[in-house]
Amino acid sequence: MQCEDLSEALAATADGDGHLARAERRHVERCLRCQAEVVQYRKLLRAMRTLRTDVLEPAPGLLAEILANLEEAGERHAVRSVLSGRRIAYLGGLAAATAAGAAGAIVFATRTRRARLAG
Amino acid sequence: MAELVASARDGDRQAFDELVRVTHADTYTLAFRLTGDEEDARDVVQEAYFRAYRGLRRFRGDAQFSTWLYRITANCAATHLGRRTRHRHDGLDQADAVADPHPDRDPQLRADADDLRGRLRSALDELPARLRAVVVLRDVYDLPHEAIAAELGISESAAKVRLHRARNKLRDQLFPRRAGESRAV
Repeated sequence: MQCEDLSEALAATADGDGHLARAERRHVERCLRCQAEVVQYRKLLRAMRTLRTDVLEPAPGLLAEILANLEEAGERHAVRSVLSGRRIAYLGGLAAATAAGAAGAIVFATRTRRARLAG
Repeated sequence: MAELVASARDGDRQAFDELVRVTHADTYTLAFRLTGDEEDARDVVQEAYFRAYRGLRRFRGDAQFSTWLYRITANCAATHLGRRTRHRHDGLDQADAVADPHPDRDPQLRADADDLRGRLRSALDELPARLRAVVVLRDVYDLPHEAIAAELGISESAAKVRLHRARNKLRDQLFPRRAGESRAV
């Protein structure tokens, strides 16, 4: 086994996620170069984790921009809600009027039929 | 934080604004690390909070709010970078405000660590965006492979391949081999 064959595996197992096959482990145990590479990956990961505590200072005005955009989005949403509410009320009224008309027509037809039968 | 999230989910706009105040620097930092550009990072942050605002009711609370927001930010950055046609390589140094969690440690060790971090930032900046996104989300923000793959729109195995390739490149940059040493690729 060559060191080059292990490059991917060492990068993969640097954070303890995954494991080396037995032959790979044996190679690393005997190979100073691969052991050095393991140490380098560990240093790299430690340094990466310290970046988590670094917080960059956003450019001035970003917070205000975000809040203003959210405000605008909230207003748009409210307007949409009102409009859709009105639409629902309009459709509801239309449906009620249609139903009332249909009921009236049925009543009228029934009465006319009774009158004919009585006559 | 949990109370703010709960109030915001119930429709309290002020609570959501407060969440933005508390988290925006962190979100901006992630966006900047993913895009490598201040303007892009601003756009990504705007979009991320907009999506978070619209989707907050779907946040189930079984993950941390910050993790949920990281995922949204990563997704927005991937979309944004997908739209971007040119590559930009600006340094990270100018906007860095480093909070050192161990100010009392050995000055030499601290100098070494600062030096390594500085070289690491430069090396990250040199990485192609698609490799940088994966390694930052995994090794800095500790997102699981599955989440990274989902937010970047790639398979989990592709995410792992990119991660290993990115680590390999970073290691090569930070610990260059001496002349005569063969290079594992």
